[in-house]
Amino acid sequence: MPVLTGVSFRLAPGEGLVLRGANGIGKTTLLRTVAGLQPPLSGTIEGAGERAGYASHADGIKPALTVAETLQFWADLYRAELPEDVFELFDLADLRDRSAGTLSAGQGRRLGLARLAVIGREVLLLDEPTVSLDAFSVKRFASFLRERHLARGGIAVIATHIDLGLDLPTLDLTPYRAAHDAAGGSDEAFL
Amino acid sequence: MRALLTRDLRLAVRAGGGFGLGLAFFLIVVVLVPFGVGPEADILARIAPGILWVAALLAALLSLDRIFALDHEDGSLPLLATAPLPLEMLALAKAAAHWVTTGLPLVVAAPLLGVLLHLPGQAMPWLLVSLALGTPALSLIGTFGAALTVGLRRGGLLLSLIVLPLYVPVLIFGAEAARRGAEGLPAQTPLLLLAGIGLGCAALLPFATAAALRVTLR
Repeated sequence: MPVLTGVSFRLAPGEGLVLRGANGIGKTTLLRTVAGLQPPLSGTIEGAGERAGYASHADGIKPALTVAETLQFWADLYRAELPEDVFELFDLADLRDRSAGTLSAGQGRRLGLARLAVIGREVLLLDEPTVSLDAFSVKRFASFLRERHLARGGIAVIATHIDLGLDLPTLDLTPYRAAHDAAGGSDEAFL
Repeated sequence: MRALLTRDLRLAVRAGGGFGLGLAFFLIVVVLVPFGVGPEADILARIAPGILWVAALLAALLSLDRIFALDHEDGSLPLLATAPLPLEMLALAKAAAHWVTTGLPLVVAAPLLGVLLHLPGQAMPWLLVSLALGTPALSLIGTFGAALTVGLRRGGLLLSLIVLPLYVPVLIFGAEAARRGAEGLPAQTPLLLLAGIGLGCAALLPFATAAALRVTLR
C-alpha cells in the first residue's frame, strides 16, 4: 500500500533537507526506503545505497557493552577508525567505560548519534534524531552536523519536529500523501 | 563479520547473555533419563546415543529465538542491515556465534554425559565426531527459522514448529552414526551424509536467512 506518491528531491554534497509532516505521514517510510531497507513501489533512488547511514528512533544499544565498546564495534563493522574526538564531540568522555545499560535516555541517544560520526557515511538519514535530547545536546548535535558533516561535503536528510537551527531547506510531505491513507496505511503502527 | 561475531560472543558471555543455558539444559535432560528409564546399564547404553542426540537438539533449540529477537527489539537489526556487511554474512556470523555459544559446549560435554548413560568407551569418538559435524547444521537451520519468525508475537513457539521437522535428517544420521559407533559397526556412511547436510546448510541457508530478514525488515 503506497504511503507517499510523487516525492522527488536531489541533494548535492554539503546540502541537507528537513522532512516535515504530521505523525504517520510517511517520514520514516521515506527514510527507510532511501536507506534501502525496503524497495520503493515505483521510482528510483540514486546515490544513497552503500553511502547511506541510517539512524532510527531506536539506537540499537546493547546494555551489556560499554560506551567505548559500542562505538568500537560500529567502527570495526564499517572498517573505520574510531575518531579520537568522538567522545568529546557527543559529551561522552565521562561515560566511556560505563555500561550502556546504565545510561539515561538522553545519554543513550547521544551514544546512538555518536555512531553516525564513527561509521563515516556521506549520506545521513536521520529519523527524529533529537528525541529525548536536552537543549544543550541538541545544539551540540546541530553543530556536529554543520561543522563535521555538511561542511565536509556530507548530505543529511532529517525528519524532525523541532528546529535544529541549521538553516536547511524544508520539504513538507503533506501534499504527497497517498490517496487511501484513511484505511490506516501509516507505517508507524508497525514499527 | 569478525566484528559482529566478537560482539555476539561478548554479549553471550556477559550477564544476561544466556551462555551456558543450553549446556545446563542438556545436562539436566540427560541426568533425568536414568530416573525415568531405570538404572539398568544395558538398557541405558542402548538408548544413550539417541538420548544424547535428542537432548543436544533440544538444547540447541532453546536459545534460537534470541539470535535475532534481541537485535530486533532494540533496533539494531536495521542498523546492521544498512552496514557494509551483506545480510548473508550477517546470517553466517549469527549462526557461527550461536554454534560457539551453544553447539560447541554440547560437543565437549557429550562424552562426559555419555559416561552417565553407560555409553561404551568405543562409541565416544563417534559421538564426538557426529555432534561436531551435526551441531553446526542445527545452528544454521535454527538461524533461518529465527529470521523467519523474528518480530512475531509468540514467535518462539512457531520457531520450534518450523525448525524441529527440519532437524529430523540431522538427528537421524547423527544418532545413527553414534549408535553404530557404540555397537562397533562402521559409521562412515551416516557421518558422510551428516557432513553433506552440514555443508549443504552452510552453502544455502545464509541466502535463505538473508531473504527472510529482508522481508522482516520491510
